[in-house]
Amino acid sequence: MDGVFYTLHDFMIHTESITYLLIIPALLGITVFWRLIAGKDDN
Amino acid sequence: MSEETIPGRKSFFSLFNICAGIIVVIGLYITYLRFTGGLGAVTNLSDYNPWGIWIGFDLLVGVALAAGGFVTSAAVYIFGMKRYHSAVRPAILTGFLGYAIVVLALNYDVGRPWRLPYPFIIQQGTTSVLFEVAACVALYLTVLFIEFSSAPLEWLGLKRARDIVIKLTMVLTILGVILSTMHQSSLGALFLIAPSKLHPLWYSPFLPVYFFITSIIAGLSMVIFESTLSYRFFKHKMDEIHMQEKNDITLGFGKAASFVLAGYFIIKIFGLSSSNNWHYLKTDYGIWYLVELLGFVALPSFLYAIGVRVKSLNLIKWTSVLAILGIILNRFNVCLIAFNWHLPSSERYFPHWMEIGISVFIVTVGLIAFRFIVTRMPILYEHPDYKDAH
Repeated sequence: MDGVFYTLHDFMIHTESITYLLIIPALLGITVFWRLIAGKDDN
Repeated sequence: MSEETIPGRKSFFSLFNICAGIIVVIGLYITYLRFTGGLGAVTNLSDYNPWGIWIGFDLLVGVALAAGGFVTSAAVYIFGMKRYHSAVRPAILTGFLGYAIVVLALNYDVGRPWRLPYPFIIQQGTTSVLFEVAACVALYLTVLFIEFSSAPLEWLGLKRARDIVIKLTMVLTILGVILSTMHQSSLGALFLIAPSKLHPLWYSPFLPVYFFITSIIAGLSMVIFESTLSYRFFKHKMDEIHMQEKNDITLGFGKAASFVLAGYFIIKIFGLSSSNNWHYLKTDYGIWYLVELLGFVALPSFLYAIGVRVKSLNLIKWTSVLAILGIILNRFNVCLIAFNWHLPSSERYFPHWMEIGISVFIVTVGLIAFRFIVTRMPILYEHPDYKDAH
């Protein structure tokens, strides 16, 4: 058994992990972005 | 400001009239060829490519760009943003005409116009996404017609009928939002059936969400674009309220469009990540995808934000053009460019000049109708009999 055998579970762990990590900068980014465009007048 | 203020008598043979006249004559000739010779006589459609620009542009782009009606009326009547009230009637008119020309264009693609009501009376394909799209478009066109009818009723002096329509405003607005949410997303859902035909970068289980969110961007950008053109060509028809609220509308809608574009950019990245399609970005289609994502989503979002921040109305207006081009590009990518991507170039679709001719003809008919209505009815000004009636 030389090669690595990836399962669907491995694939899901890999992609979901990256996606969940991306959520953190996305939430921070969209908050900062909203402050940038709505900072001067919030009404 | 009102109907009487047309500056002088203009010649009928203006540049617009001459160009529109030529386009209409050519369009009517192609219409004759289409309905006597069939699709093969005027299109490059085939079994591989059954949907061309009459669906990709006239229908998908038309419906998205007509979203300004439900976006604006929801903002004003549901969310209570009364300062944008003067944008409602032009947006409803644009939406109504947009959907009307979508249905007109659909007749060219489907053929046999007398069979258009069949889904409702002969065969209810209730398990089909297309049935849901057809039902929503038919109902929403009716809703838009009733919403819009207050303007011609004021113009015709039918006060009682107009008052009934005005009383229905909130119900119609809620119906409009529900129906738009349903069919804007369903147009994206149409492509869920073809995962093997649509390139993986554009195919996503989130396609209905993408289509719905981009329709909001299209609606907001179209209101800015349309108000800019109205000010340019129909300034003499605008009253003081429209003049005063014009800049607020541009800034407010620019701010909203900027934020929605940023949200759309983020969920596109999530879609890319959850499908693990990163490796496609290195291909030719990947570069094209990045052009769309960075050039027509991230860039307009950023430019809108700058425009709002420094209160540059010109920047916001030009950005609305970029955002609208982005919506057109997105629909073209999903329906035409990234569709059947695996086929050899000899089998790929490129529209026949007569297909383009019909699309230009239909847009021109919409512009003629818009001009006819705006120059006669109280769209850009309050009717003197109903001032402060809102």
